[in-house]
Amino acid sequence: MSFPWAKEYTPSNGVTKFLDEKLPLPRLVYNAVGAGYPVPRNLSYFWNFGVLAGFFLVLQIVTGIILAMHYAANAQVAFATTEHIMRNVNWGWLMRYAHANGASFFFIVVYLHIFRGFYYSSYKAPREMIWLLGVTIFLLMMATAFMGYVLPWGQMSFWGAKVITGLFGAIPLVGEPIQIWLLGGYAPDNAALNRFFSLHFLLPFVIAGCVILHIWALHIPGSSNPTGVEIKSESDTLPFHPYYTVKDGFGLGVALLVFFSLVFFLPNALGHPDNYIEANPLSTPAHIVPEWYFWPFYAILRAFTGDLTIPFTGVVLIEAKLLGVLAMFGSILLWFILPWLDKSPVRSGHYRPLFRKFFWFGLIPAMIVLFICGGAPAEEPYVMLSQLATAYYFLHFLVILPIVGQIEKPEPLPYSITEAVLGSDKKAVLGENASPAV
Amino acid sequence: MTKLLSIRVVAILIGIGLAVTVLFWSLVPGVIAFVTEGQAEHLPYEEPRDFDFSFDGPFGKWDVQQLQRGLKVYDEVCSACHSLKYVAFRNLSELGYDESQVKAYAAAKQVPGIDPNTGEATTRPGLPTDYFPSPYPNNVAAAAANNNAIPPDLSLITKARGDGTNYVASLLSGYQEPSAELLAEHPEAAPGPGLYHNPYFPNLNLAMAPPITMDGQVTYDDGTEATIEQMSIDVAAFLTWTAEPTLIQRKQTGWPVLIFLLFATVLAYLSKNQIWAAVKPKKNKKSD
Amino acid sequence: MADTAATANPETTEDTGDGVRRRDFLDIAAVSAAGVGGLAVLYPLISQMAPSKDVLAASTTEVDVSAIQPGQAIKAVFRKQPLFVRRLTPEEIAAANATPASSLRDPETLADRTQEGHQDMLVTMGVCTHLGCVPLGAAEGEVKGEFGGYFCPCHGSHYDTAGRIRKGPAPTNLEVPEYTFTSDTTIQVG
Repeated sequence: MSFPWAKEYTPSNGVTKFLDEKLPLPRLVYNAVGAGYPVPRNLSYFWNFGVLAGFFLVLQIVTGIILAMHYAANAQVAFATTEHIMRNVNWGWLMRYAHANGASFFFIVVYLHIFRGFYYSSYKAPREMIWLLGVTIFLLMMATAFMGYVLPWGQMSFWGAKVITGLFGAIPLVGEPIQIWLLGGYAPDNAALNRFFSLHFLLPFVIAGCVILHIWALHIPGSSNPTGVEIKSESDTLPFHPYYTVKDGFGLGVALLVFFSLVFFLPNALGHPDNYIEANPLSTPAHIVPEWYFWPFYAILRAFTGDLTIPFTGVVLIEAKLLGVLAMFGSILLWFILPWLDKSPVRSGHYRPLFRKFFWFGLIPAMIVLFICGGAPAEEPYVMLSQLATAYYFLHFLVILPIVGQIEKPEPLPYSITEAVLGSDKKAVLGENASPAV
Repeated sequence: MTKLLSIRVVAILIGIGLAVTVLFWSLVPGVIAFVTEGQAEHLPYEEPRDFDFSFDGPFGKWDVQQLQRGLKVYDEVCSACHSLKYVAFRNLSELGYDESQVKAYAAAKQVPGIDPNTGEATTRPGLPTDYFPSPYPNNVAAAAANNNAIPPDLSLITKARGDGTNYVASLLSGYQEPSAELLAEHPEAAPGPGLYHNPYFPNLNLAMAPPITMDGQVTYDDGTEATIEQMSIDVAAFLTWTAEPTLIQRKQTGWPVLIFLLFATVLAYLSKNQIWAAVKPKKNKKSD
Repeated sequence: MADTAATANPETTEDTGDGVRRRDFLDIAAVSAAGVGGLAVLYPLISQMAPSKDVLAASTTEVDVSAIQPGQAIKAVFRKQPLFVRRLTPEEIAAANATPASSLRDPETLADRTQEGHQDMLVTMGVCTHLGCVPLGAAEGEVKGEFGGYFCPCHGSHYDTAGRIRKGPAPTNLEVPEYTFTSDTTIQVG
């Protein structure tokens, strides 16, 4: 580890000594999530969600592998085998409800993890790589979740697949061939279902690989913290184990209480009734909506209702459909360049008065509006609201963040994490370390 | 530095460009259209009535008598047009029927089979392992017999509609003539040929003729008075069971799991406080 | 300042002996609870692989035996495996009874392997007890082996007219599943 005071692993008996010499896995765990990883002592509960996301990834993989033992990816029987799981397989209903709601909870904790990153600017140097990997994981999660939702082969599965692959049809010239290639046909059918199943099985392991890289990259600079002031000395840190293992354990308990309340008592609350109707290519549901975790981005997609034309000439520069598709993908892809857009020297929103106002009174309301509009039918006032919120969303990340970083006067930072927690830091008082706090 | 600056300049330009595009090419025309033309109004349909079912709530249980009555309504009324293809006769043992009753019930139904001597498609008496037979051999036959409206399979109907149990009960007991005010306000709401008015159906007019038309249409074995509403409620309860036979098992498994989790979470909380006590700044109070 | 008394170094803030025990107890209880929860989760994870309800429901089979003539056999399916039902001729019964059970690898008499009053009705699994192949001899024209019963072509096990192993590698007689006569012409297996 990079901190000189990190505890060193000492194998205690013959077996661990042997392992430490031949394959130092216990040492790796000790240094990664054990007593050998010094962590800022001031982490709030917002720092629980990384571990929770890891937990839900494992839950999804375990329940998913079990479901795959009973499911058949064939358009003739996919819906029936899903019902077979619900009715005949021992505890099959629990596995399926845990998997369906587990996806929702995975997204809930990941959204909280990401928005914690926005508020505390966790993406800033030296943590850019952690952020890039995190955005990659999020994109992989979206792809995995979308394909997983197709597998039960209900009405929403089918029409969701049709609409989302239809987005690629917006690409000029090559769009339609790409859509047909993606589906392996002219509409979602066996070919599409089988490839979605194959990829839905594969991608979680790619995500797991990215998670390992994400954690590896995290251990190079160490965890960020609510003050945004970097670790200066040993008194700023606590060993991960037992302090954060027990705190994460408590956080997991709370998360599981909410999760299982839903699984056992309201398992379909986050789903759509239409997905209990078998896919019917000849009948479109009255109101196609994706799963709730896609609503904000679906709202951005639908916000672009008018072609971009040269005024008074009627010459179309970009069609509305393509604009929506570009904006939707762009709304997430722009997260990749955040570390280079926001150049404020202060990380934490606690000490950034102007940024904080835009975060709480701009970004958060805009996301809520987008969320509501994405789930609502395409009619007024939802369309107008989603257009306003979409405009703010892009202004916030692409215009406001770079400018605020330049013009804002940050509030005074504590000298160190120790000072932030305890009210004073001996080293600061004695002037032992004169370099300015950053 | 100049390079990073240029990234931000490009970003600011793109950001302003996107915002201007959505505001002036999408929002403004939308607002103009809304102000000048307004938007199509929805037909005013009613939310399902709130019936009280024994299986509602976290402690709910099946009313086995009710499920048996509901089965009889399905059997004598719905099954003429609607299949129940994910339910097997053996599942009826969960409704309080013993093995011989299930066997007799199954044997009274004809299911598709193969003649062992000729190999031709035929029917045979059902076995407990067979599934409820469909009234039509395929969707084309179902559409042909029903004025092009295919009667949906009922196995999952209460999960496939919002507030499904209440919806089914409301719909079945809710057929009525459209009110004069409705027709005055929405002339298009008048039922067309082959359609029937029902305020709980989102389009207000559906192709299914009222299936339960008079009290006593089904004779209940347990002496319950078979009013239209009672039959609607009973069959809605039965269809809730067919949609999720594990409903009660699910709720009953939930309680021990949640109680155990609560216990474990409290322990984790106490343990966390204990471990953190030594490093937390104390506020004017020195314990121990 | 009193506030700064707490430090980040846990070693210097060990509690008194009593406190340590209380702390240990809480931690052990919390870790044990997590362990118990983890073990409880294993139960559904493991039992989901056991036969599902539809498989269990198909675990009994009814066979109509009225059409089987003496000397003939039929193949039925019981739990997705072949089931041989054979009506023995008087000669076959005599041949089976003539063999002293004590001389056999798996000593059983014909009476042990059939039901009282239905000694001519031999019901066995069509699964060789060696490695699970389906023996020949149930269908018309198939090789019946040196002892006139069944012959397994995989490794040459010969069964006699009572389905008992007489020659070859199979260790035991063809398995007789549990069955009952529900009527004179119908048996229920399983």
